[in-house]
Amino acid sequence: MKSLLSTLAWVAVSLLAAAAVGVVAVHRGEPINALWLVAGATCCYALGYRFYSKFIAAKILALDALRATPAERLENGRDFLVTNKWVVFGHHFAAIAGPGPLVGPVLAAQFGYLPGTLWVLAGAVFAGCVQDFVILLFSVRRDGKSLTEMAKEETGVIGGIVAYASVVVILIILLAVIALVVVNALKDSPWGTFTIGMTIPIALLMGLYLRRIRPGRVLEVSVLGFVLVLLAIWGGQLISQSQTLAPVFTLRAPTLAILIIVYAFAASAVPVWLLLAPRDYLSTFVKLGTVGILAIGIVVMHPTLHMPALTRFVDGTGPVFAGKIFPFAFITIACGAISGFHSLISSGTTPKLIARETETRMVGYGAMMAESAVAVMAIIAACVLQPGVYFAINSPAGVVGSTAAAATSTISNWGFPVTGADMQALAAAVGEKTLFNRTGGAPAFAVGMAHIFSQSLGGTEVMALWYHFAVMFEALFILTILDAGTRVARFMIQDALGHIYKPLGRTSWYPSIIATSALIVALWGFFLWQGVKDPLGGINSLWPLFGIANQLLATVALCVATTIIIKMHRTKYAAITLVPLAWLVAVTFTASWHKIFDSNPKVGFLAQAHALAAGPATAATARLIFNNQLDAAVTAMLVVMVTLVLVESVRQWVGVLTGSREARIIETPFVMTRLVEEKG
Amino acid sequence: MTRITRALAILRAVLREIFDEAAYQRFLCRTHAASSPDAYAAFWREREATKLRQHRCC
Repeated sequence: MKSLLSTLAWVAVSLLAAAAVGVVAVHRGEPINALWLVAGATCCYALGYRFYSKFIAAKILALDALRATPAERLENGRDFLVTNKWVVFGHHFAAIAGPGPLVGPVLAAQFGYLPGTLWVLAGAVFAGCVQDFVILLFSVRRDGKSLTEMAKEETGVIGGIVAYASVVVILIILLAVIALVVVNALKDSPWGTFTIGMTIPIALLMGLYLRRIRPGRVLEVSVLGFVLVLLAIWGGQLISQSQTLAPVFTLRAPTLAILIIVYAFAASAVPVWLLLAPRDYLSTFVKLGTVGILAIGIVVMHPTLHMPALTRFVDGTGPVFAGKIFPFAFITIACGAISGFHSLISSGTTPKLIARETETRMVGYGAMMAESAVAVMAIIAACVLQPGVYFAINSPAGVVGSTAAAATSTISNWGFPVTGADMQALAAAVGEKTLFNRTGGAPAFAVGMAHIFSQSLGGTEVMALWYHFAVMFEALFILTILDAGTRVARFMIQDALGHIYKPLGRTSWYPSIIATSALIVALWGFFLWQGVKDPLGGINSLWPLFGIANQLLATVALCVATTIIIKMHRTKYAAITLVPLAWLVAVTFTASWHKIFDSNPKVGFLAQAHALAAGPATAATARLIFNNQLDAAVTAMLVVMVTLVLVESVRQWVGVLTGSREARIIETPFVMTRLVEEKG
Repeated sequence: MTRITRALAILRAVLREIFDEAAYQRFLCRTHAASSPDAYAAFWREREATKLRQHRCC
């Protein structure tokens, strides 16, 4: 009877999934309600988790609850620790959830809500969740080894070197692009700049409180910090209305870029307890709360999506970023569907906390589903805006014109009516002077989020507060990644330099700290400056570069996973990683080809350099030409490196399948768990 | 009621782990130290060698 009820329930979920995704996919002309997306996503995740992940767990990975995990065998109370599965889930989700699933889907909404939604759902269920799950399990079976170490052992030395180099390149581009998102969100915004600026003394205060007054009371001080941040948001409104103070906090993009670069250098060099750790706590506190509130807000308010299912920009002429729907939609949205970066988390802290192998399914596959759900919320936040408003916010001045009249005329001529009065009223409602040309995705997301909340909580009177809360949330989130990412990159560089000159590898030696911090900040600062000065808004070139780099890292992770599956003699099931791998190779290699060689100057780096060279020769032009050539070289370098890993992996597969190579699995021998015995 | 209590206990445990409170308690137990500014500084020196070397996602 119970089995029959369960079967009926899953049939009902399947039918609801088919109906909801069907409505999302075939509906044309009239706006649809966001609940269709929510229902479709929820049912797809439920089905994916219940059936697909269970299939992978049982047939391919053969999860063994009796096999002791490294958390049990190597428990040391520090990094190896048997931990409750829900605690690990929360920890893992907090580590993988960054600004990517919020920004990428907002940018990709220029194609309409449909491409992003389908990619987020299918990509997560069949690729992203699978990658996170299998890499986590393989790391657990190898004493918590990192992706770089596993790549070296399973696919050869080249795999290890490529994985390492990809991580460094991705980190640099990631830090540049997210810094650019913050710059674009804060430029000419005294309210936002003041609020974000205040988070620095708030974090310092929290750091001193934690160190001197109440050591270790993090939750307590996070609540205090959150209250202070809310006060800063309220105070920002007063600043923006002040005749004398508003100009002080009204900063242009280059000034903000310099301030962020200086800040990141300082944050990387000062003691971690003083700034990085408290800001991280504050950011996590705000992040978890806001994601939860947004989810509730969308379900309760069930707003209407005004963006069409597909826009005319699927042909590659989009103003937000240039390039056709294939491959560019699939590299623009990474974190909500599949992100190579996740494989670093799945082979980082998390495998050292897992108590039983069977829990890797919930943590690896499940947390990625939650991340994907965040991406669906971002799509909804972007698509509740009128399309004309969305394009006015997200289009750079170089594409739509630098005046309100030119921008509204261009966008209205595309078939998305918007007027200067509409934009002026919206800017006034959110407490900004203008919302034109606010590229980067963050302002559009903030306006969408404010729009959803203002429908009930406080009405349009408090829309400005909601908008600035959303901007603060994103900027705080991003600045935390900047702090932590710069420091992680610094450690990686110090480790590498330590092989050349030992003192450089000492993480407590100040000359080394200063030199390596300066090097890292200079590297991503260069790309940030390039983005700030780019007439097409910077996002057009940097976000695809980041997307390509991130998806190429996922390609490396899937190569490692496929190699291990074949060595485990599960070749007939290798398609679970091989198909996503083939898809990613098609996407990333096509995107790379377009970004390097496309004849359209808005798409191809070399074509843009060529077009610039044909124009008047100035110092600025020479710099832009060099930037484009450098971007092309970085993309080509990444593709060559990943091609080497692919070739090496295929050699391994062919060798194992033809019997010319031994299928040697380098995993820790089976040890019986004691946890079962203890439980009785 | 028991279920709610259990759920709240797990939520608290998750938050304590995410916010490093649990890690600090474990550090104090392991080093047989009482909570103090010096102990917290030592905790962070150790933390720098492990947690801060881990990647944070985009």
